[in-house]
Amino acid sequence: MTETFYEVMRRQGITRRSFLKFCSLTAAALGLGPSFAPKIAEAMETKPRIPVLWLHGLECTCCSESFIRSAHPLAKDVVLSMISLDYDDTIMAAAGHQAEAIIEETIAKYDGNYILAVEGNPPLNQDGMSCIIAGRPFLEQLKHAADHCKAIISWGSCASWGCVQAARPNPTQATPVHKVPGLAAKPIIKVPGCPPIAEVMTAVITYILTFEKFPELDRQGRPKMFYSQRIHDKCYRRPHFDAGQFVEKFDDEGAKKGYCLYKVGCKGPTTYNACSTVRWNGGLSFPIQAGHPCIGCSEDGFWDKGSFYDRLTDIKGFGIEANADEIGGTAAVVVGAAAAAHAAASAVKRARDKGGNS
Amino acid sequence: MSVESLDDHERREVGADDHATHVEQAVYIYQAPVRLWHWVNVCSILVLGVTGYLIGSPLPSIGGEAYDSFFFGWIRYLHFVAGYILAVGFLFRVYWAFVGNKHARQIFMPPVWRVSFWKELGHELSWYAMIARQPLKYAGHNPLATLVMHVMFIWGIVFMIVTGFALYGEGTGMGSWQHTFFSSWVIPLFGQSQDVHTWHHLGLWVIVCFVIVHVYAATREDIMSRQSIMSSMFSGWRTFRDNKPAEDE
Repeated sequence: MTETFYEVMRRQGITRRSFLKFCSLTAAALGLGPSFAPKIAEAMETKPRIPVLWLHGLECTCCSESFIRSAHPLAKDVVLSMISLDYDDTIMAAAGHQAEAIIEETIAKYDGNYILAVEGNPPLNQDGMSCIIAGRPFLEQLKHAADHCKAIISWGSCASWGCVQAARPNPTQATPVHKVPGLAAKPIIKVPGCPPIAEVMTAVITYILTFEKFPELDRQGRPKMFYSQRIHDKCYRRPHFDAGQFVEKFDDEGAKKGYCLYKVGCKGPTTYNACSTVRWNGGLSFPIQAGHPCIGCSEDGFWDKGSFYDRLTDIKGFGIEANADEIGGTAAVVVGAAAAAHAAASAVKRARDKGGNS
Repeated sequence: MSVESLDDHERREVGADDHATHVEQAVYIYQAPVRLWHWVNVCSILVLGVTGYLIGSPLPSIGGEAYDSFFFGWIRYLHFVAGYILAVGFLFRVYWAFVGNKHARQIFMPPVWRVSFWKELGHELSWYAMIARQPLKYAGHNPLATLVMHVMFIWGIVFMIVTGFALYGEGTGMGSWQHTFFSSWVIPLFGQSQDVHTWHHLGLWVIVCFVIVHVYAATREDIMSRQSIMSSMFSGWRTFRDNKPAEDE
């Protein structure tokens, strides 16, 4: 029997007082009422740690980098100890064959009971040869681990949507986890972002461990508690948007005054994430606060929508790349010119017909 | 069909006393609600088009403090109000298609199952290509107008209303009826919010193209065809320049 979370924490020298503080803070972070703090405490005192296999496919490790920086006072230490993180090739001590053996061990020991956390995604072309883990395609490792898991967490935009390696023309056919053909039908929670916010990652894990189920998900499989509102809805520069005060160029007066970044391409109005509320680096700041427009990194296919600095993004599939105004404006000019030419021809015809009649 | 057999309520003779040889007949086609809808649409689409374009490409930045103005907020507010008027008007118009006269149904149901519709469409095209010497005569819309209004206007407006409410529902948020009935399924259907914005923006240009074609064709028909066009949308009556029978009567 694995230790409970509480036992692990006590063993690591965390006081009961700190432990209860963590439970209250977690309840607050998850948007739960005060009555849930004792529930979290009870769950942590009685439930064994859930084993987690954390696999890495095509990715840049930014999800891991974010995760380990969870600045919540205790979350960093606690969550890493709380879950029985059996395998994570980036941060585990074991390496090589010993590391790979752990996967099989975990599968055998906790068949159907472990959480599969996936960072990155598998490429499907060339039989998955573009991503090799321990001599075999990552695709095989992923499918094998998914067959025996309880549920899957898709970390980051790679696992959730595809991200940069799936950007056009996607030569390796990098494919997000939920679209991998032949993958066992397990519940999937998407935690998109490039990377996702550290506190969002730890909160999702805490929720799953405490309640033994996923938090409420939206239609696209993202936890509603963090992805139900746009950056725009809670942006502190929103009053400037409503006032019509925009940054026109990055070095203008508006930029200095902290005006809205809409006209320099901010994707805040179309991006569902918690950056403008939870923020980054322990609530220090987030891109817009630092003066840069949101690039929409937690949205599907954000690499394929043209420049990060344009509001009107490119439309592909017409054989050209153009935005809605270029396509529509051209069409309107063509139609207008056609109407004018037709009008002229009609006038000529009418004059000729009249001439013929008289 | 002769003039004598016509329903008194639907038709009247104009100027029969003045020109014994040239009897102009008139048909009441556009009922008051249809005309009202048309002009309400003109106003709301004008507002929607201009404010919509400005939302995509805002005017130069205003200086000062944020609490001094609500300029962009007003532009968006106008867009939303006009959008609601358009949507409510459209719902009413669909209702009127059921209870109104047969002309009220025409642009909702082009008779594509009729061979004659396609034949006459061909004739209308050749009239516009200046091959046919004379257009056919219609009390309602000609087949080409019916088809263009059905495809570009009816479906164009449905598309704009659905995508528009999907975008609006993003602001009103989860749990609002706009989000439940529109955003929750439209946004995943397109991929993501940005794509819905892009296609909604493209829809603006489809409507602009429609307006150009619509105004041009109406003007041209008014001058060159065998029936009144412009005045009919004010009075509801279609008048004809000759007394030969119309194709659709």
